[in-house]
Amino acid sequence: MRVLNSLGSLWERLFHRSTKNAEMEEELRSHIEHRADDLERSGLDRTEAERRARVEFGGYERYRQESHEAVGGQFFETVLADIRFSLRMLRKSPGFTIAAVLTLALAIGANAVVFAVLNALILRPIHAPEPQSLYAIQRGSDEAINHSYPDYRDLRDRNRSFDGLTAYNLASVGLDTGNNPTPAWIYEVTANYFDALKINPYLGRFFHASDEHGANSAPYIVLSYAYWQSRFQSDRGVVGRVVQLNKHPFTILGVAPPEFRGTLSFIFPDFWAPMVNQEQIEGSTVLNERGHRELLMVLGHLKAGVTPAQAIADLNSVGSYLEKTYPKEDGNMTFSLARPGLAGDWFGRPLRAFLVGLMMLAGLILLAACANLGSLFAARAADRGREVALRLALGASRRRILRGLFTEAILISLAGGTVGLAGSVALLRWLSAWRPLSSSPLQVAVNPDAKVYLVALLLALASGFLFGAVPVRQVLRTDPYQVVKSGSSVRMGQRMTVRDLLLVVQIAICAVLVTSSMVAVRGLMRSLESNFGFEPQNAMLLQTTLTMAGYMGERVPAMQRRMIDAVETIPGVKSVGSVDRPPLHYGANIANVFIDRTTDLKPANAAAQAAMYRISPEYFDAAGTAFLSGRALNWHDDKNAPRVAVVNRQFANKIFGSVPRAIGGYYKSGDGSRIQVVGIVEDGKYGTLTEDLQPAMFLSLLQSPSPVTSLVVRSHRDPGQLAAAIKSKVRELDQGLPVDIQTWNRELEGALFASRMATISLGVMGVMGAVLAITGIFGMAAYSVSKRLRELGIRIALGAQRKQVLEAALGRALRLLAFGSAAGLVLGVLASRVLAYIVYQATPRDPLVLACVVLAMLLLGLLATWIPAQRALSVNPLILLRDE
Amino acid sequence: MAKNDLQGALDLLILKTLSQLGAMHGYGIAVHIEEVSDALLTVEEGSLYPALHRMEQSGWLRAEWAMTESSRKAKFYSLTAAGKKQLAVREKNWEQVVKGVQAILRFA
Repeated sequence: MRVLNSLGSLWERLFHRSTKNAEMEEELRSHIEHRADDLERSGLDRTEAERRARVEFGGYERYRQESHEAVGGQFFETVLADIRFSLRMLRKSPGFTIAAVLTLALAIGANAVVFAVLNALILRPIHAPEPQSLYAIQRGSDEAINHSYPDYRDLRDRNRSFDGLTAYNLASVGLDTGNNPTPAWIYEVTANYFDALKINPYLGRFFHASDEHGANSAPYIVLSYAYWQSRFQSDRGVVGRVVQLNKHPFTILGVAPPEFRGTLSFIFPDFWAPMVNQEQIEGSTVLNERGHRELLMVLGHLKAGVTPAQAIADLNSVGSYLEKTYPKEDGNMTFSLARPGLAGDWFGRPLRAFLVGLMMLAGLILLAACANLGSLFAARAADRGREVALRLALGASRRRILRGLFTEAILISLAGGTVGLAGSVALLRWLSAWRPLSSSPLQVAVNPDAKVYLVALLLALASGFLFGAVPVRQVLRTDPYQVVKSGSSVRMGQRMTVRDLLLVVQIAICAVLVTSSMVAVRGLMRSLESNFGFEPQNAMLLQTTLTMAGYMGERVPAMQRRMIDAVETIPGVKSVGSVDRPPLHYGANIANVFIDRTTDLKPANAAAQAAMYRISPEYFDAAGTAFLSGRALNWHDDKNAPRVAVVNRQFANKIFGSVPRAIGGYYKSGDGSRIQVVGIVEDGKYGTLTEDLQPAMFLSLLQSPSPVTSLVVRSHRDPGQLAAAIKSKVRELDQGLPVDIQTWNRELEGALFASRMATISLGVMGVMGAVLAITGIFGMAAYSVSKRLRELGIRIALGAQRKQVLEAALGRALRLLAFGSAAGLVLGVLASRVLAYIVYQATPRDPLVLACVVLAMLLLGLLATWIPAQRALSVNPLILLRDE
Repeated sequence: MAKNDLQGALDLLILKTLSQLGAMHGYGIAVHIEEVSDALLTVEEGSLYPALHRMEQSGWLRAEWAMTESSRKAKFYSLTAAGKKQLAVREKNWEQVVKGVQAILRFA
């Protein structure tokens, strides 16, 4: 009821405010006049009577305010009045306002962006019903999430904890809807995929477990909503249409709902196809090979009432059965569970750690911004001491004044929040549409949702209260009598004030940010300088999968040789080599190798796990890999010749003990065949940039063929022209083969993507920290100079030297800067240890980094104190002392 | 005893004054209370006007601008029907309060 009254009254007041106010004022005036009349009758003259009447009446302002409040609706009205007053005050100091709003906009924008990414990748589960019971199965102590299809079948049929287990794999295919083959990314899934995940079709129908009747029995695909929109223009007639998938006919069954974009948070498939048709899709199938763990993930819903611990125990009992039954292929079959969205813990954990770390840094930035604004506000409140004292003396309550200050703080924080959010929304939209790597379907949908807006709003309000609260004590302690009497009395004592503390905290935080970003940038530089074991400069890569154009068996290596020969004829091309997947291309193919004496070839007896490459004879030339000894492969190392390999130095050392002993030596592969080492090449990077030395073996593509083909073309020609020439050569060979041509450097962006993104985000944080440090020190120095202008004038008049003036004006600011930087540096070095997990060779104890940070903070300090210092030096004592 | 019975004393004084004088302006009310009580009670302007405005808002008083005998403009307040009812309630309440307070004071 009160609220209603209040609202009604608010309505009335908003529109009849001025008349009401005038009326009230007139009434009070009339009162004073009546009193004056009486006094006049008692013998005083008129002016004296009026004066006495006004004195008797007392705090006119306060009665007016109390009368206002008595009438109701005052809450909204005083808030409006506060807002109007604050806006007026802020307009009066536009520099302060703009600086404050921008500082906050940066800080809140950074928080909103980081939170949105965190939200999209970690907080938001994949869009499937009942995501809380959905788990992926991890194997062994290294938490691998890949499994073999036979293992999957056993897990699916023998477990008692899951409500259906499904599995999937990524594949790149060519889709032809009528003479236009284009590459697409798909999930190859078990046919129960949609049923196990409890997804219902948006259009048409899905395939089911009952559609699987052995190899290549389910030529169906289900489109993703986005692909249906972009490739088929949302044509509802696509259901039932037959399309060519790698030259095999597949029928479109239906379309998935728009919110379901697969079971990974960062790779969205264009469509889904049944895994039983793997032979048609990929040209070969490993569905019957227990040792080939090529399924990307096995996942499913836990049955109602089954806890993860019970499920793990259940899976482990299946695991020990598998170990006993298939000792040759299955070792180390213990299981754990993980959320599916981030491809299990091996990838998800560092990503999560990094994002949480980034969020903390963003929080630090906001804290630094708050400290910055807090000290600005405190300085402002001190400058406005006279105004505050005057208002107190006139009868305004302290509560009302504090409310005014808070209103100002909240207005600034809301304005900053709005600007920051607008900026971050634009950035997030762009990020969501961004396909960072042309050669992969990596994509992150970080479109902001209600949660992001809410967090931004809360952060804005919280920071408003935080920095608004800094000057509270100052206002509460104001003694109007003292201030009005003696003018602006500022005690410039030598003790540590709240403002000093805030500045030290802020600088320390900024130093942490600057240190972290320097460490990251340095790490990236090192990772770019390190030896990859190949030379990406001046090399083009042509990537394709020959099964996309229907090549099988014997025709695969033949076609590869024809492609090499054709591309070699292009003028300006120095050498051309072929490899199945280039090194650093999303991990390497890893295979078990055994020493020659081993007879029991079970995984536990393997001498090493080596990266495996299938190459043409000229590959090392084309890739720029240095040959150490022995001979290269040649075209005579074919199916009829004894099996041979070139290995790297690490392989030679690990299996044979030394390079000379390796030449001519034999080792065994997992299938039992003996392979002779004929040559040794230098070590390199194969899986990731951060790996330790890895053994690697290079086999002849004639002896172990693979349809996955990457031609390395070394040439000094312009990449654009060269790409066109390569493309037309391949067209001459086969019209229907989709190929992807780019420079090797560009392809490598995939390998460097994670550390590059980490570096960029940390770099941005570092820059923001630096900006905040500058504004903070600048604010403090400028304020202390302006406060002490008179004192400085006197010093100069008394003959102080420039150095002494500067010392007096800025010594304190610089001491605080040094203190804060030192604290921040120590903290930053500690924090950087966390970075070492993400950023290659990120070591905080790098003297260069430390020197850079110290230098950077010094420069920032000089930059920020330059203008105030100039002002202090140009003080003209005459003018200053004259005017008062 | 309701919480605002003592605070309500000013309201009561105002209502009673207006029931005796008919229509009167704020200053007149203050003077009347002071004179009738032999200067035992003085009304602070700071409390008087907020109280008048509050009671006007509640619909107990109606207000009109008019000229006084000394031909000054003033805002004259008078009781509404609701105001009269309120006065009766308040008078009764006040007697209770006084009795209660006296009982306490005489308790030996």
